[in-house]
Amino acid sequence: MSKTKKQREALERTGVLLALIGGAVFAGFPVLWMLASSFKSNTEIFESPPRFITEGFSFAAYASILSDPTKMRFFVNSYVVALAVTGLTLVVALFAAYAFSRFDFPFKKTINIVIVGVQAVPPITLLVPYFGLMVFLRMFNTYQGLVLTYMVFTLPYAIIMLTGYFNTLPRELDEAVRVDGGGPMTALWRILVPVSVPGIVSVGIYTFMIAWNEYLFALTLTKTQDMRTVPIGIQLLMGQHSYQWNEMMAISILGCIPILILYIFFQRYFMSGMTAGAVK
Amino acid sequence: MVLLTPKKLDAPAPVATRAKKKRNLVPFAFLSPTIILLVILMLIPIVMVIGYSLMDNVIMKKNPVFAGFNNYVEVLGSEIFRTAVLNTTFFTTVSVGAHLVLGLLFSVLLNSRLLNGATKALFRVIYVLPWLFTVAIIAILWRLLLNPNGVVNYVLVTLGITDTGVEWLSSPGTALFAVTFINIWAGYPFFMVSLLAGLQGIPRDLYEAARVDGANGLQQFVNITLPQLRPIIVSMAVLDLIWTSQQFALIWMTTGGGPVNVTEMLSTMTYKMAFSNYQFSLASASAVIILVMSMVLAYFYVRHQKARD
Repeated sequence: MSKTKKQREALERTGVLLALIGGAVFAGFPVLWMLASSFKSNTEIFESPPRFITEGFSFAAYASILSDPTKMRFFVNSYVVALAVTGLTLVVALFAAYAFSRFDFPFKKTINIVIVGVQAVPPITLLVPYFGLMVFLRMFNTYQGLVLTYMVFTLPYAIIMLTGYFNTLPRELDEAVRVDGGGPMTALWRILVPVSVPGIVSVGIYTFMIAWNEYLFALTLTKTQDMRTVPIGIQLLMGQHSYQWNEMMAISILGCIPILILYIFFQRYFMSGMTAGAVK
Repeated sequence: MVLLTPKKLDAPAPVATRAKKKRNLVPFAFLSPTIILLVILMLIPIVMVIGYSLMDNVIMKKNPVFAGFNNYVEVLGSEIFRTAVLNTTFFTTVSVGAHLVLGLLFSVLLNSRLLNGATKALFRVIYVLPWLFTVAIIAILWRLLLNPNGVVNYVLVTLGITDTGVEWLSSPGTALFAVTFINIWAGYPFFMVSLLAGLQGIPRDLYEAARVDGANGLQQFVNITLPQLRPIIVSMAVLDLIWTSQQFALIWMTTGGGPVNVTEMLSTMTYKMAFSNYQFSLASASAVIILVMSMVLAYFYVRHQKARD
């Protein structure tokens, strides 16, 4: 009796494993192929039969990207914009979250609803007016223009997440500071922020990802080669008359490294930040 | 973007004991950067786009004239708008449905009691991979894979499923399916991760009790797992509907809406009206129509979240 149960469990385990391997091919093969293609020479990309490792195996595609100042500029731009968006979003959102979590004030509910609703505004709706607005504000084709634009999309989420986080912290913490004569700034930066690091990291990662991946506004609000970010840079490589597939795959691999590093080091925060919207 | 509702944003604030009047200005000081940013970069642009949509020849001419709802009539009555609505509906519903099914399937497999932690951790990393790539990369990767001489066609020809390489992204008969498939690949991890977190939150003893009652695996799934995951599933599905219906970059970089409009979405159509044809008034009317549609979806999302609380 116990033997047949064991056998059945072994059979089930094999079934689950086979299904998982099937799914892993679906999920992982394209990524593996990208990696393999980045080491090929461009003439071997579509060779038949296809192989993972070819005679032309080399780091040439990577070398060509890393030694090209135009392409490296894409990375510099992406890092500058994404880091600035992350830093500024966190500061502005911490202020707002502190107000929401610790004060009562007129129009609190209305401002709430606006902040929630803003998240559903489609980027394409803002695109046409932004074009004119950014020219008017003299921010067309600048870092400032991109950073402020992205903050519109990162701030609401950050505010709501951080308010939720602050609400889990007992009010006695910051009330004590206030009684001792410290102002609200002291309460926020000396007391609340240090104990909110996990929440801040989650929001920070999420914000960085949004900014690093953004495409539509980077495409429309920048114009010159030296202001383009990585997603647009990849597309520019594609636009040239002959496709350098190996270089496009190499720049793609390089482009996902920051996200991969964030994922590996902060997996726990990643999950909590991402799922907070759906899981209570 | 994650759409969140303020579960605790309007929790009662502490009773102010002293300096109440002075305090009234403090929260607004803290909120001022947010309010200034949202007014300049959200409120004003929305007012602008609504204004544009009611004018003719905006941006391109110095003195636009009031046109009432003419632009809306023209957009809503056009052939391309109907095509874009149908394509967006197909793309969105099939993507969301497949995300849900794959997310459920993979999260249940990854949560299996039959495998040890290390195996599950390894598979979890592989399954999450599509999530780590920006849309630009996903687009270009699939253009490589689905190329007529690419590896997908090689496998299909070798297996005898097709005779020759298929131009998946540039044949009118396959392009919409191809971009939908790519979007399915790109988007399921978000569901999977949320559902996995949800599965881990289901109390074990619910399953124990069901086993005692003689429920088999399928019955346990239908009667315990699904009802327990229902709130997450509904939230994720609505969020995904909002995001997917707004998808631009993936379409733009794989097919550009072609061939002959078979993958034209509301977003790509609007973009082309503005930045290819310079019909900014029409594009603005279309942008407002999309805004209204998204707001309707958002309303249902918020109502659902409120109902859960």
